[in-house]
Amino acid sequence: MLIFLLRRLIQACFVMIIISVISFAVQDKLGDPVQQMVGLTVPQDERDQLREELGLNDGFIIQYWRFATRAIQGDLGTSYYYKQPTLEVIFQKVPATIELAFCAIILVVLVATPCGVLAAIKPKHLISRLLMIISSIGLSVPIFIVAIFMVYLFSIEWGLAPSFGRGQTTEIFAIWDSGLFTKDGLHHLLLPSLSLAIALMPIFIRLIRAEMMEVLQSEYIRFAWSKGLSAPRIYFIHALKNTMLPVITVGGIQAGTLVAYTILTETIFQWPGMGFLFMDAVSRVDTPLISAYLIVVGAMFVITNTLVDVIYGLVNPTVRLASHGS
Amino acid sequence: MNLLSVNNLHVSFQIKKQELAALIDVSFTLNRGERIAIVGESGAGKSILGFSIVNLISKPGFIKSGSVKLERKELTTMNLRQLQEVRGKRIAMIFQDPMMTLNPVISIGDQLVETIRSHTKITYKDARNIAIKKLQHVQISSPEKRFDQYPHELSGGMRQRVIIASVLLLNPDVIIADEPTTALDVTIQAEILQLLLDICHDNGVALVLISHDLGVVSKVAERTLVMYAGRIVEEGPTLEIINDPQHPYTQGLLNALPQMTLPGQRLNQIQGSMPSLTERPTGCAFHPRCPYATDKCQQEQPNFIHSGVSSVSCFLVEDMVNEFADQSVEPHE
Amino acid sequence: MREIKKDLIHHPVPGSRWSHIWSGFIGDKLAVFALFIFIFYCLVSFLAPLLAPFDLNDPAFIDLINAEIAPSWISQDYRFLLGTDAQGRDLLSIILYGTRLSLTIGLCAVAIQATLGICIGLIAGYSGGRIDNFLMRCADIQLSFSNMMVAIVFLAIFQSIFGIAMYQQLAMVILILVIGLSEWPLFARTVRASVLAEKQQEYVDAARVMGISSKRIMFRHILPNTLSPILVIFTVQIANAIVTEAALSFLGLGMPVTEPSLGSLISDGFTYMFSGSWWICVIPSATLIILILAMNMLGDWLRDHLNPKVYKD
Repeated sequence: MLIFLLRRLIQACFVMIIISVISFAVQDKLGDPVQQMVGLTVPQDERDQLREELGLNDGFIIQYWRFATRAIQGDLGTSYYYKQPTLEVIFQKVPATIELAFCAIILVVLVATPCGVLAAIKPKHLISRLLMIISSIGLSVPIFIVAIFMVYLFSIEWGLAPSFGRGQTTEIFAIWDSGLFTKDGLHHLLLPSLSLAIALMPIFIRLIRAEMMEVLQSEYIRFAWSKGLSAPRIYFIHALKNTMLPVITVGGIQAGTLVAYTILTETIFQWPGMGFLFMDAVSRVDTPLISAYLIVVGAMFVITNTLVDVIYGLVNPTVRLASHGS
Repeated sequence: MNLLSVNNLHVSFQIKKQELAALIDVSFTLNRGERIAIVGESGAGKSILGFSIVNLISKPGFIKSGSVKLERKELTTMNLRQLQEVRGKRIAMIFQDPMMTLNPVISIGDQLVETIRSHTKITYKDARNIAIKKLQHVQISSPEKRFDQYPHELSGGMRQRVIIASVLLLNPDVIIADEPTTALDVTIQAEILQLLLDICHDNGVALVLISHDLGVVSKVAERTLVMYAGRIVEEGPTLEIINDPQHPYTQGLLNALPQMTLPGQRLNQIQGSMPSLTERPTGCAFHPRCPYATDKCQQEQPNFIHSGVSSVSCFLVEDMVNEFADQSVEPHE
Repeated sequence: MREIKKDLIHHPVPGSRWSHIWSGFIGDKLAVFALFIFIFYCLVSFLAPLLAPFDLNDPAFIDLINAEIAPSWISQDYRFLLGTDAQGRDLLSIILYGTRLSLTIGLCAVAIQATLGICIGLIAGYSGGRIDNFLMRCADIQLSFSNMMVAIVFLAIFQSIFGIAMYQQLAMVILILVIGLSEWPLFARTVRASVLAEKQQEYVDAARVMGISSKRIMFRHILPNTLSPILVIFTVQIANAIVTEAALSFLGLGMPVTEPSLGSLISDGFTYMFSGSWWICVIPSATLIILILAMNMLGDWLRDHLNPKVYKD
């Protein structure tokens, strides 16, 4: 187990280094920090002097090293627009995105699992067929159209839920701005998380159904039937656990898609999260913020992937002991 | 009264628009404590017969007609709940490959305990004790440790012992063992077979042993049924079948055994191969490969008749039996 | 010994693989319908310059007087069949050109993905060892980053560096490159899996013994046998590429307003949903959805019928 973790950590560090290089390259090439710091009227030679002082004329590697050492200490530069350290700006927006993603994931798990299982157990049933057709159609509708449709139907036409912003939030533990504890906050959370969930749902319903159908053909399931075990036990304990293993793996891969979809959703719903912040930074060419975002998102990816691998290793007994080398 | 009686069982597969017959008119009986074997090549329908006894054939297979009775109860018409009462508790099955038979993500112990607890109201602790005792019974070392382990941590032979243990937990009346030793190493095969034999003998459990290995069968079974292309072609005491096979197919099988060939000679083969479900010949299914086939064999299906202590389905034997009967009648005229 | 009477043993007639697939295809009305829609889209967008009632490059095309006219069945204005957008552009024309752009980008991007992925997959599968390990590690790492995320990041950076003006000129090429280069791992892994399976076959050994070069073995002998899974992925990937491009354009990172693709049209139209001009957003959306749906149905059918496991019944 330990060796497994260590190997993953090394891989993670390697990936992070590459991301940080890209991030630094972005910062280097995009925009001019001197120009941002001083006004237009400042003469050229003063600018040059400032350049020298800031070390902007040094070689790429030296500058990168400076960047990296600062980064590890938590300093990822200062946003041009917000005039605050970029990490602070980003972390202010992180709760919004995390809560959105979290609600969407819960929705997907709660809905896709029973639907997928039902479609696998009784594939010819009317509801199962309907589910599969709806899934196929759902797969073909891009997320932003789903979100637009949700806005149109539930917000404009029927006025059931608000379509922008986060509403009222409460601060918990003095660092996390949560929308989960106010009715207004939840109301605002409804449409965006629903859109995100609907976009991810078809993949998981189909996956769970396909995996479960394959598992149900296994010899051990037949053996379970021959032992006279009850149907719920066979489906939900024998079959489901085996089904979920590949689903966890795929789920991990989908984490990346989730981030991309979040950006789209936040844009449509004006949800003040990281994605929205990023698109803003792009349009304003706020270079430090852009490169800081890259690093934070990269780190999130790496952490999520590693976590998923670890969870898989914990859940699947055959993997756990393989690394022990019994 | 027979413990298990199968009568005129027909099992078919519905593939797209076609209905293909997998078992045709299969009948046999099994008494308490009796050990019978069902032999034949792959594709003969042996496993399907085993599964159909407890109505465990997977789609698109289905029982078309016929009856399977456990004592007086008819199994083919039972609903799932009734079947669950019978399965495991009265009729238990051992499958071929022990690695595939055990769920890889559930511990051995849990898989044993659940068998007990799904049929009896009992605490986990008590069930655990029973399971550990059974593991000892099948000669598994350090059973408490094994209880918490997972299937992939055990060797093939041990896994099959665990399966045998799990099958015995509820003291069934019948064990159907489908090729129980085929997937094991040769050295382990004999041990497992002996274990099975001892258990059946000690507990008075009836055994239906499905195998393609005549050697295995001869050691274990009192009676043998020979299957070909979904039918039983010969049936009788195992010793009779081996020493004096009547059906040409059985003769071919025995001749093909390496022990029957002198060193340096070619092995005897039965020409051709068993027809698949879609290719079944008309009349007697064996006639294309049979050295004694006549035109009648091509056109009609022979009846299952008594010949001595066995029963055979072959026109050749039928003719001989009739001739013998006529001959024996004549002097009385 | 008597001869086996062959005439009594009925063998199923073996047909060639493709005629079997074709007859199955015709029998499946949904798949034919999907193919029909796809071909329709391709034709229509290819002939866009001829079919469009208005010319996009005509300065008179953008006429604010015609802004936000509802589709013809509502406004009774039959000059513009599907209505106009906020700048007075005919929606039908612009959708035709937009579909053309989307399809072109989709097809070109997947062509790049496929070429790159197939080559890498062939090399990795055939060479094995260190090369294989290295290539597959790269593929794994690239797969763990969602392609849309990579595309967003890359395009955002690109746009920031080169400025909006230059970006708009190069937008199409860059989009094709970005989408093309980000999804090769899928093709690579599939091809590699097929190659690994085929490598075990005897004909590869035979070819090698005869002295045929590795490259020739790879392309002339192994590749044709890996075509079925590639074909399945191909259709689905085109659909994905079109959706990715639409999403990117929606975010403003894709095609510019002057050369709109379906994505940017939808993005534009979104703001006008609130003011009641729903058609600016809904009609391009419907166009996009139908195209993607048809392609997904096609891909599904191909997956069900080209799967060798299912075929060998």
